[in-house]
Amino acid sequence: MTLTADLQAWLLLSAVLFSTGIYGVLTRRNGLGILLSIELMVNAINLNLVAFGWARGDHTGQVIALFGIALTVAEVAVGLALMIQMSRTVKSLDLGRATELNG
Amino acid sequence: MIAFGITALLLLGSSFMVVNTRDLVRAVLWLAVSLGLTAIAFVQLQADMLAALQIMLYTGGVITLMLFSVLLTWTRKNGKPQLEIIAPARGVLAAGAFLSLLVSAILRSELPQGPVLEKSNSEAVGALFLQDHVLAFEALSVILLAAMVGAIVLARRKDAV
Repeated sequence: MTLTADLQAWLLLSAVLFSTGIYGVLTRRNGLGILLSIELMVNAINLNLVAFGWARGDHTGQVIALFGIALTVAEVAVGLALMIQMSRTVKSLDLGRATELNG
Repeated sequence: MIAFGITALLLLGSSFMVVNTRDLVRAVLWLAVSLGLTAIAFVQLQADMLAALQIMLYTGGVITLMLFSVLLTWTRKNGKPQLEIIAPARGVLAAGAFLSLLVSAILRSELPQGPVLEKSNSEAVGALFLQDHVLAFEALSVILLAAMVGAIVLARRKDAV
């Protein structure tokens, strides 16, 4: 196996994972389900960064992926807080039913 | 290469289960499997520290948080939280179009020719993190603080009608 083919395999894998996330975001209506799909997409991006860093032989890819992980954790915390608040005010997690800005 | 094949197959399978299962709790648990397998992929790519962080932050932290919020938003009136799948054909079409774009770009582009990382080196990652990218590191801490305060404010507000 040459290196290029190896890297290509990783990139293709993460492309499929990212598309799975897109499918999830488009076909779900439950807010938590959409958050799960966004997690899948971010995960694919991190995999891509680490694979490129590995193939280029430097560690910057890992550092960027580390920033990505930390930012995602923040995003998930805020998203879940929003979902909890929404389940209190709208009594549902269906994003189609959140139709008012000032709940 | 065999290790890559096994990891890739399991990763794809668990990710498909995340978007295809109709049970919210199961979707979260499948996501935990998927994120754990990504940690294994990181080990194969010589990123040991990232793999450890992935397990601690994602499979440890994020999944716990998600399970908590699934159970907190679970009202007895509505029964078990169900995830319906709306317009799967549209989703497959959009995801497939994007995937074909990505695949054609990957197959055509000139990829870096290595030398690859032979050995994981957490010290080099830490040095890069705290020396070359220290500004981003500090900005990240501010973002995390803001997110934490925001999450607490949002989740604790009871008076919103």
